[in-house]
Amino acid sequence: MIEVNKDNFEQEVLKADGLVVVDFWSEKCEPCKALMPSVHELAEKNAGRAKFCSLNIAGNKRLAISQKVLGLPTIAFYKNGEKVAELTKDFTIEDVEAKLNDLA
Amino acid sequence: MSDIYDLVILGGGPAGLAAGIYGARSRLKTAILQKGKPGGQAATTSDLENYPGFSRGTTGPELMGHMAKHAESFGAEIIQEEVVDLELNGDIKTLKGRSGKEYRAKTVILAPGAEPRTLDIKGEKAFRGKGVSYCATCDADFFEELDVVVVGNGDAAVEEAMYLTKFAETVTIIVIHDEGILDCNKASAELAFANPKIKWVWNSVLHEIKGDGLVESVLIKNIKTGEISEMQTNGVFFFVGTVPKTEILKGKVELNEQGYIITNDVMETSVPGVYAAGDARVKYLRQVITAASDGAIAAVAAEKYLAEEEGFKERVLNVKEPLMVAFWAPQNEDSIGAVSTLEKIASNKEGKVKLVKIDTYRNQRVAQRYDVKIIPSVLFFQNGQLLDRISGVFNEIDIIEKIANVFSET
Repeated sequence: MIEVNKDNFEQEVLKADGLVVVDFWSEKCEPCKALMPSVHELAEKNAGRAKFCSLNIAGNKRLAISQKVLGLPTIAFYKNGEKVAELTKDFTIEDVEAKLNDLA
Repeated sequence: MSDIYDLVILGGGPAGLAAGIYGARSRLKTAILQKGKPGGQAATTSDLENYPGFSRGTTGPELMGHMAKHAESFGAEIIQEEVVDLELNGDIKTLKGRSGKEYRAKTVILAPGAEPRTLDIKGEKAFRGKGVSYCATCDADFFEELDVVVVGNGDAAVEEAMYLTKFAETVTIIVIHDEGILDCNKASAELAFANPKIKWVWNSVLHEIKGDGLVESVLIKNIKTGEISEMQTNGVFFFVGTVPKTEILKGKVELNEQGYIITNDVMETSVPGVYAAGDARVKYLRQVITAASDGAIAAVAAEKYLAEEEGFKERVLNVKEPLMVAFWAPQNEDSIGAVSTLEKIASNKEGKVKLVKIDTYRNQRVAQRYDVKIIPSVLFFQNGQLLDRISGVFNEIDIIEKIANVFSET
């Protein structure tokens, strides 16, 4: 997982080729932290198929809002710099995997 | 048989964790199945002011973290697993996990908890994660210097609104009641009324949430005048009660019309060996402390059930030899005399007919199953089968005759 923030988001996500998965989270978001280990596992399993990034919204609130993310947990999928799908609030790791298989 | 748990607990909120502490400490082989991180709803509540012994400064996640460690310290296994189906009838119960694994248990405690109620207001679903939220701790960060609306006026609504004022510029609470009337506790109401960041809209309900990608405004309807007004806002937080997470329990244990699990005061459900604890249960007060209390009671009841069931199985049902099973009670004088008569007969029979004493008070379940209404009663068993009985006071001759009739080989 690559840590992204307001300084490298453009480079790592918006200017990247192919599929990028961004896990938006924060230290206070318990559901995010509950989901995180399985997201990391999914990232390892699919290392060649997509780039996995994690974005802590602390300090990156404006960036998150610019990506129309205003609630956690949220996982967004970007293809060639364009947001193509998003899962927010009530979703499971199986949903993330299914979406990934759809898009990869 | 080592893969069979004595106790499997569905849910790792305060009810499930407390049950885990009590179960594991009683040396029951205990597992807690929990979808994500343990803690339940309490782990998404920042300010926890009324859990006894932990004064202000404790947070929900912190307290829940301690509870989880506490349960593990006594040997409870906390397993990350979502239960998707269960088979609760019979001596061994099976819980099926999303991972495909099956967990077998002699007793089960259902502590699935509850989740926030949704109102199905226009825009509520569409703007989830786009400004609509049910979790202040998850999303408060986004609303620094922004304006939010809170729907609801119970404990959760007012307390979470207070939490939101640490971030948001203004927090407007929409209350259905007349001015000054709140459903929450008085302490929280006083604090909220004194908070300059909190604004109030009385006699009103939320009518619609509007925006373009993200929430931009809400329509508020005054229920007295019917008037609808629009207000600019960046977020809408709903705290309008909860609904039990009992969808998978339908048809498995008895639920009430709202889907809450029906139990008696020792947390027994409609299925023997299956207990319920916490917010998913029909109860008067849904708080961390009452969830923990339910969990403790349920675990102790499960332990007693196991001792009684296993004890009876081992001492009576699995025994091939002729048995006299005496139901007695320490406070019943007749029954004490009866037991000494039976002891004398058993000793004369030199092991051909054995005596098993059942304390009726400690074994009410067994007494009830065999319809033992009078103390003393003697039930005659062989190969686990009930063959005959004598209810009420008897003399030595009655028993000797009965033995001769019932157990032909003696």
